[in-house]
Amino acid sequence: MKSQWYASAGTPLLKTINLFKTVLPILFGMLLLINLLNPLLATHYADWFNGHYLHDTLIGALAGSISFGIPITSYIVGGELVGKGVSLLAVTAFIMAWTTVGVAMLPLEAAFLGKKFALIRNLLNFLFAIILAALTVFTLGLCQ
Amino acid sequence: MNNAEVQTTTPVKKRISNPYKFLLVMLGIYALVGFGKPDLAVVALQGFADMLLRVLPILGVVFVFLFGINIFGPERIKKLLGKESGWKGWLIAAAAGIFISGPPYLLYPMLGELRKQGVRDAFLGVILYNRNVKIPFVPVMVYYFGATYTLVLSTYILLFAFLNGKILELLLARQR
Repeated sequence: MKSQWYASAGTPLLKTINLFKTVLPILFGMLLLINLLNPLLATHYADWFNGHYLHDTLIGALAGSISFGIPITSYIVGGELVGKGVSLLAVTAFIMAWTTVGVAMLPLEAAFLGKKFALIRNLLNFLFAIILAALTVFTLGLCQ
Repeated sequence: MNNAEVQTTTPVKKRISNPYKFLLVMLGIYALVGFGKPDLAVVALQGFADMLLRVLPILGVVFVFLFGINIFGPERIKKLLGKESGWKGWLIAAAAGIFISGPPYLLYPMLGELRKQGVRDAFLGVILYNRNVKIPFVPVMVYYFGATYTLVLSTYILLFAFLNGKILELLLARQR
Protein backbone atom coordinates (compact mmCIF):
# COMPACT_ATOMS: atom_id res chain seq x y z
CA MET A 1 0.00 0.00 0.00
CA LYS A 2 2.76 2.34 1.07
CA SER A 3 4.97 1.42 -1.88
CA GLN A 4 2.01 2.00 -4.21
CA TRP A 5 1.66 5.52 -2.87
CA TYR A 6 5.40 6.16 -3.35
CA ALA A 7 5.13 4.89 -6.91
CA SER A 8 2.15 7.10 -7.74
CA ALA A 9 3.66 10.18 -6.02
CA GLY A 10 7.15 9.69 -7.47
CA THR A 11 6.43 11.00 -10.97
CA PRO A 12 4.54 14.13 -9.87
CA LEU A 13 7.30 14.84 -7.36
CA LEU A 14 10.00 14.54 -10.02
CA LYS A 15 7.95 16.74 -12.34
CA THR A 16 7.64 19.37 -9.61
CA ILE A 17 11.37 19.25 -8.80
CA ASN A 18 12.24 19.64 -12.50
CA LEU A 19 9.86 22.58 -12.79
CA PHE A 20 11.50 24.19 -9.80
CA LYS A 21 14.90 23.85 -11.47
CA THR A 22 13.52 26.22 -14.12
CA VAL A 23 11.61 28.45 -11.71
CA LEU A 24 14.45 29.27 -9.31
CA PRO A 25 17.05 30.84 -11.66
CA ILE A 26 14.34 32.91 -13.40
CA LEU A 27 12.91 33.95 -10.04
CA PHE A 28 16.31 35.05 -8.69
CA GLY A 29 17.03 36.89 -11.96
CA MET A 30 13.65 38.65 -11.84
CA LEU A 31 14.15 39.71 -8.22
CA LEU A 32 17.58 41.11 -9.11
CA LEU A 33 16.10 43.02 -12.07
CA ILE A 34 13.17 44.41 -10.11
CA ASN A 35 15.33 45.63 -7.26
CA LEU A 36 17.67 47.36 -9.66
CA LEU A 37 14.83 49.09 -11.55
CA ASN A 38 12.66 50.11 -8.58
CA PRO A 39 15.05 52.63 -6.95
CA LEU A 40 15.72 54.15 -10.40
CA LEU A 41 12.03 54.54 -11.25
CA ALA A 42 10.58 55.56 -7.89
CA THR A 43 12.33 58.94 -7.80
CA HIS A 44 11.23 59.98 -11.29
CA TYR A 45 7.50 59.21 -11.49
CA ALA A 46 6.30 62.78 -10.90
CA ASP A 47 8.73 64.23 -13.48
CA TRP A 48 7.17 62.26 -16.33
CA PHE A 49 3.77 63.99 -16.17
CA ASN A 50 3.27 67.39 -17.82
CA GLY A 51 -0.40 68.16 -17.18
CA HIS A 52 -1.61 67.20 -20.68
CA TYR A 53 -4.59 64.89 -20.28
CA LEU A 54 -3.82 62.37 -23.04
CA HIS A 55 -0.05 62.45 -22.62
CA ASP A 56 -0.35 61.88 -18.87
CA THR A 57 -2.76 58.96 -19.30
CA LEU A 58 -0.38 57.25 -21.69
CA ILE A 59 2.58 57.99 -19.43
CA GLY A 60 0.59 56.70 -16.43
CA ALA A 61 -0.09 53.41 -18.20
CA LEU A 62 3.54 53.17 -19.37
CA ALA A 63 4.93 53.95 -15.91
CA GLY A 64 2.62 51.35 -14.36
CA SER A 65 3.67 48.80 -16.98
CA ILE A 66 7.38 49.06 -16.24
CA SER A 67 6.94 49.25 -12.47
CA PHE A 68 6.67 46.33 -10.17
CA GLY A 69 5.33 45.74 -6.69
CA ILE A 70 2.29 44.69 -4.71
CA PRO A 71 -0.95 46.57 -5.63
CA ILE A 72 -0.92 48.51 -2.36
CA THR A 73 2.30 50.28 -3.44
CA SER A 74 0.59 51.52 -6.59
CA TYR A 75 -2.23 53.02 -4.48
CA ILE A 76 0.28 54.86 -2.29
CA VAL A 77 2.34 56.13 -5.24
CA GLY A 78 -0.90 56.98 -7.09
CA GLY A 79 -2.23 58.87 -4.08
CA GLU A 80 0.99 60.91 -3.94
CA LEU A 81 0.78 61.65 -7.67
CA VAL A 82 -2.81 62.92 -7.29
CA GLY A 83 -1.55 65.12 -4.45
CA LYS A 84 1.06 66.56 -6.84
CA GLY A 85 -1.67 67.49 -9.32
CA VAL A 86 -1.52 64.53 -11.72
CA SER A 87 -4.99 63.79 -13.18
CA LEU A 88 -7.10 60.94 -11.77
CA LEU A 89 -7.33 59.52 -15.29
CA ALA A 90 -3.54 59.18 -15.51
CA VAL A 91 -3.25 57.80 -11.99
CA THR A 92 -5.99 55.22 -12.59
CA ALA A 93 -4.23 54.08 -15.77
CA PHE A 94 -1.04 53.88 -13.69
CA ILE A 95 -2.69 51.75 -10.96
CA MET A 96 -4.35 49.44 -13.47
CA ALA A 97 -1.20 48.91 -15.53
CA TRP A 98 0.85 48.36 -12.36
CA THR A 99 -0.89 45.06 -11.59
CA THR A 100 -2.12 43.91 -14.98
CA VAL A 101 0.90 44.69 -17.18
CA GLY A 102 4.37 43.49 -16.28
CA VAL A 103 7.15 44.42 -18.66
CA ALA A 104 9.81 43.30 -16.17
CA MET A 105 7.92 40.03 -15.74
CA LEU A 106 7.61 39.28 -19.47
CA PRO A 107 10.50 36.76 -19.64
CA LEU A 108 9.05 34.85 -16.69
CA GLU A 109 5.48 34.94 -18.00
CA ALA A 110 6.66 33.88 -21.46
CA ALA A 111 8.70 31.01 -19.99
CA PHE A 112 5.70 29.47 -18.26
CA LEU A 113 2.68 30.59 -20.28
CA GLY A 114 4.22 31.02 -23.72
CA LYS A 115 5.52 34.05 -25.64
CA LYS A 116 2.25 34.68 -27.50
CA PHE A 117 0.19 34.46 -24.33
CA ALA A 118 2.49 36.86 -22.48
CA LEU A 119 2.70 39.41 -25.31
CA ILE A 120 -1.00 39.43 -26.19
CA ARG A 121 -2.10 39.52 -22.55
CA ASN A 122 0.21 42.43 -21.70
CA LEU A 123 -0.75 44.46 -24.79
CA LEU A 124 -4.43 43.82 -24.15
CA ASN A 125 -4.12 44.79 -20.50
CA PHE A 126 -2.24 47.96 -21.41
CA LEU A 127 -5.14 48.97 -23.63
CA PHE A 128 -7.66 47.95 -20.97
CA ALA A 129 -5.82 50.04 -18.35
CA ILE A 130 -6.50 53.18 -20.41
CA ILE A 131 -10.10 52.22 -21.28
CA LEU A 132 -10.89 51.33 -17.67
CA ALA A 133 -9.33 54.55 -16.39
CA ALA A 134 -11.45 56.58 -18.81
CA LEU A 135 -14.63 54.68 -17.86
CA THR A 136 -13.95 55.04 -14.13
CA VAL A 137 -13.35 58.80 -14.34
CA PHE A 138 -16.38 59.20 -16.62
CA THR A 139 -18.61 57.23 -14.20
CA LEU A 140 -17.32 59.22 -11.24
CA GLY A 141 -18.21 62.39 -13.15
CA LEU A 142 -21.77 61.08 -13.54
CA CYS A 143 -21.95 60.24 -9.83
CA GLN A 144 -21.07 63.78 -8.75
CA MET B 1 40.47 4.88 -32.86
CA ASN B 2 36.98 3.77 -33.82
CA ASN B 3 33.73 5.70 -33.47
CA ALA B 4 32.76 4.08 -30.18
CA GLU B 5 36.04 5.17 -28.62
CA VAL B 6 35.59 8.73 -29.88
CA GLN B 7 32.14 8.86 -28.31
CA THR B 8 33.38 7.75 -24.91
CA THR B 9 36.43 9.99 -24.77
CA THR B 10 34.89 13.24 -26.17
CA PRO B 11 33.78 15.40 -23.23
CA VAL B 12 30.07 16.13 -23.27
CA LYS B 13 29.48 19.89 -23.55
CA LYS B 14 26.69 20.90 -21.21
CA ARG B 15 24.64 23.76 -22.62
CA ILE B 16 23.52 26.41 -20.18
CA SER B 17 19.74 26.62 -20.25
CA ASN B 18 17.97 29.95 -20.86
CA PRO B 19 16.86 30.45 -17.21
CA TYR B 20 20.48 30.13 -16.03
CA LYS B 21 21.70 32.38 -18.89
CA PHE B 22 19.21 35.02 -17.71
CA LEU B 23 20.47 34.77 -14.14
CA LEU B 24 24.08 35.06 -15.33
CA VAL B 25 23.21 38.16 -17.41
CA MET B 26 21.60 39.76 -14.34
CA LEU B 27 24.66 38.98 -12.21
CA GLY B 28 26.82 40.52 -14.94
CA ILE B 29 24.67 43.69 -14.93
CA TYR B 30 25.02 43.90 -11.14
CA ALA B 31 28.80 43.57 -11.46
CA LEU B 32 28.83 46.47 -13.95
CA VAL B 33 26.54 48.60 -11.76
CA GLY B 34 28.76 47.73 -8.79
CA PHE B 35 31.73 49.31 -10.57
CA GLY B 36 29.84 52.35 -11.90
CA LYS B 37 27.35 53.10 -9.11
CA PRO B 38 28.23 51.03 -6.03
CA ASP B 39 25.56 52.78 -3.90
CA LEU B 40 22.79 51.70 -6.27
CA ALA B 41 24.12 48.15 -6.36
CA VAL B 42 24.11 47.98 -2.54
CA VAL B 43 20.52 49.32 -2.31
CA ALA B 44 19.39 46.88 -5.01
CA LEU B 45 21.11 43.93 -3.31
CA GLN B 46 19.55 44.83 0.04
CA GLY B 47 16.13 44.98 -1.64
CA PHE B 48 16.85 41.62 -3.30
CA ALA B 49 17.79 40.02 0.03
CA ASP B 50 14.66 41.40 1.75
CA MET B 51 12.41 40.21 -1.06
CA LEU B 52 14.05 36.80 -1.16
CA LEU B 53 13.51 36.30 2.58
CA ARG B 54 9.83 37.12 2.13
CA VAL B 55 9.50 34.87 -0.91
CA LEU B 56 11.25 31.75 0.44
CA PRO B 57 8.41 30.57 2.72
CA ILE B 58 5.89 31.16 -0.11
CA LEU B 59 8.07 29.05 -2.40
CA GLY B 60 7.37 26.11 -0.10
CA VAL B 61 3.63 26.66 -0.57
CA VAL B 62 4.13 26.93 -4.34
CA PHE B 63 6.01 23.63 -4.35
CA VAL B 64 3.20 21.89 -2.47
CA PHE B 65 0.61 23.48 -4.80
CA LEU B 66 2.48 22.37 -7.94
CA PHE B 67 2.91 18.88 -6.52
CA GLY B 68 -0.84 18.89 -5.76
CA ILE B 69 -1.68 19.89 -9.35
CA ASN B 70 0.51 17.07 -10.68
CA ILE B 71 -1.10 14.54 -8.35
CA PHE B 72 -4.63 15.86 -8.97
CA GLY B 73 -4.21 15.07 -12.65
CA PRO B 74 -5.36 16.74 -15.86
CA GLU B 75 -8.76 15.06 -16.05
CA ARG B 76 -10.06 16.52 -12.80
CA ILE B 77 -8.55 19.93 -13.49
CA LYS B 78 -10.07 19.98 -17.00
CA LYS B 79 -13.45 19.23 -15.47
CA LEU B 80 -13.16 22.26 -13.19
CA LEU B 81 -11.46 24.76 -15.50
CA GLY B 82 -11.34 23.17 -18.92
CA LYS B 83 -13.38 23.81 -22.06
CA GLU B 84 -16.44 21.98 -20.75
CA SER B 85 -16.53 23.65 -17.35
CA GLY B 86 -19.08 26.27 -18.50
CA TRP B 87 -20.10 29.22 -16.33
CA LYS B 88 -18.80 27.46 -13.21
CA GLY B 89 -15.29 27.68 -14.67
CA TRP B 90 -15.67 31.44 -15.17
CA LEU B 91 -16.81 31.87 -11.58
CA ILE B 92 -14.03 29.69 -10.16
CA ALA B 93 -11.45 31.66 -12.19
CA ALA B 94 -12.88 35.01 -11.04
CA ALA B 95 -12.88 33.94 -7.39
CA ALA B 96 -9.39 32.43 -7.68
CA GLY B 97 -8.03 35.73 -9.03
CA ILE B 98 -9.45 37.62 -6.06
CA PHE B 99 -8.49 35.20 -3.33
CA ILE B 100 -5.14 33.83 -4.53
CA SER B 101 -2.53 36.19 -3.19
CA GLY B 102 1.13 36.27 -3.97
CA PRO B 103 3.44 37.94 -6.43
CA PRO B 104 3.10 37.13 -10.14
CA TYR B 105 6.56 35.59 -10.34
CA LEU B 106 5.26 32.81 -8.11
CA LEU B 107 1.87 32.68 -9.79
CA TYR B 108 3.18 32.15 -13.35
CA PRO B 109 4.74 28.70 -12.73
CA MET B 110 1.49 27.55 -11.12
CA LEU B 111 -0.66 28.93 -13.94
CA GLY B 112 1.75 27.46 -16.50
CA GLU B 113 1.28 24.04 -14.92
CA LEU B 114 -2.51 24.50 -14.91
CA ARG B 115 -2.37 25.46 -18.60
CA LYS B 116 -0.46 22.25 -19.38
CA GLN B 117 -3.19 20.31 -17.56
CA GLY B 118 -5.85 21.79 -19.86
CA VAL B 119 -7.09 24.96 -18.17
CA ARG B 120 -8.59 27.45 -20.67
CA ASP B 121 -6.51 30.50 -21.62
CA ALA B 122 -9.56 32.67 -20.91
CA PHE B 123 -9.62 31.51 -17.29
CA LEU B 124 -5.90 32.21 -16.86
CA GLY B 125 -6.57 35.72 -18.18
CA VAL B 126 -9.41 36.17 -15.70
CA ILE B 127 -7.29 34.97 -12.77
CA LEU B 128 -4.45 37.34 -13.68
CA TYR B 129 -6.80 40.31 -14.22
CA ASN B 130 -8.72 39.83 -10.98
CA ARG B 131 -5.48 40.01 -9.01
CA ASN B 132 -6.33 43.73 -8.96
CA VAL B 133 -9.21 43.18 -6.58
CA LYS B 134 -7.51 42.44 -3.29
CA ILE B 135 -9.93 42.61 -0.38
CA PRO B 136 -7.27 43.30 2.31
CA PHE B 137 -6.02 46.32 0.28
CA VAL B 138 -9.47 47.90 -0.17
CA PRO B 139 -9.18 50.16 2.93
CA VAL B 140 -5.93 51.63 1.56
CA MET B 141 -7.56 52.44 -1.77
CA VAL B 142 -10.55 53.95 0.03
CA TYR B 143 -8.16 56.06 2.14
CA TYR B 144 -6.38 57.50 -0.91
CA PHE B 145 -9.17 57.70 -3.48
CA GLY B 146 -12.50 57.42 -1.64
CA ALA B 147 -15.19 54.73 -1.37
CA THR B 148 -17.04 55.64 -4.59
CA TYR B 149 -13.85 55.48 -6.66
CA THR B 150 -12.94 52.09 -5.12
CA LEU B 151 -16.42 50.70 -5.77
CA VAL B 152 -16.56 51.95 -9.37
CA LEU B 153 -13.04 50.76 -10.25
CA SER B 154 -13.48 47.36 -8.57
CA THR B 155 -16.78 46.78 -10.39
CA TYR B 156 -15.19 47.62 -13.73
CA ILE B 157 -12.23 45.32 -12.99
CA LEU B 158 -14.56 42.40 -12.23
CA LEU B 159 -16.57 42.99 -15.42
CA PHE B 160 -13.54 43.61 -17.62
CA ALA B 161 -11.83 40.47 -16.32
CA PHE B 162 -14.36 38.32 -18.23
CA LEU B 163 -14.03 40.45 -21.36
CA ASN B 164 -10.26 40.29 -21.03
CA GLY B 165 -10.29 36.50 -20.74
CA LYS B 166 -12.60 36.07 -23.72
CA ILE B 167 -10.63 38.42 -26.01
CA LEU B 168 -7.31 36.90 -24.92
CA GLU B 169 -8.55 33.42 -25.79
CA LEU B 170 -9.93 34.56 -29.16
CA LEU B 171 -6.68 36.31 -30.09
CA LEU B 172 -4.60 33.31 -29.05
CA ALA B 173 -6.84 30.96 -31.02
CA ARG B 174 -6.35 33.15 -34.10
CA GLN B 175 -2.58 32.98 -33.70
CA ARG B 176 -2.60 29.18 -33.73
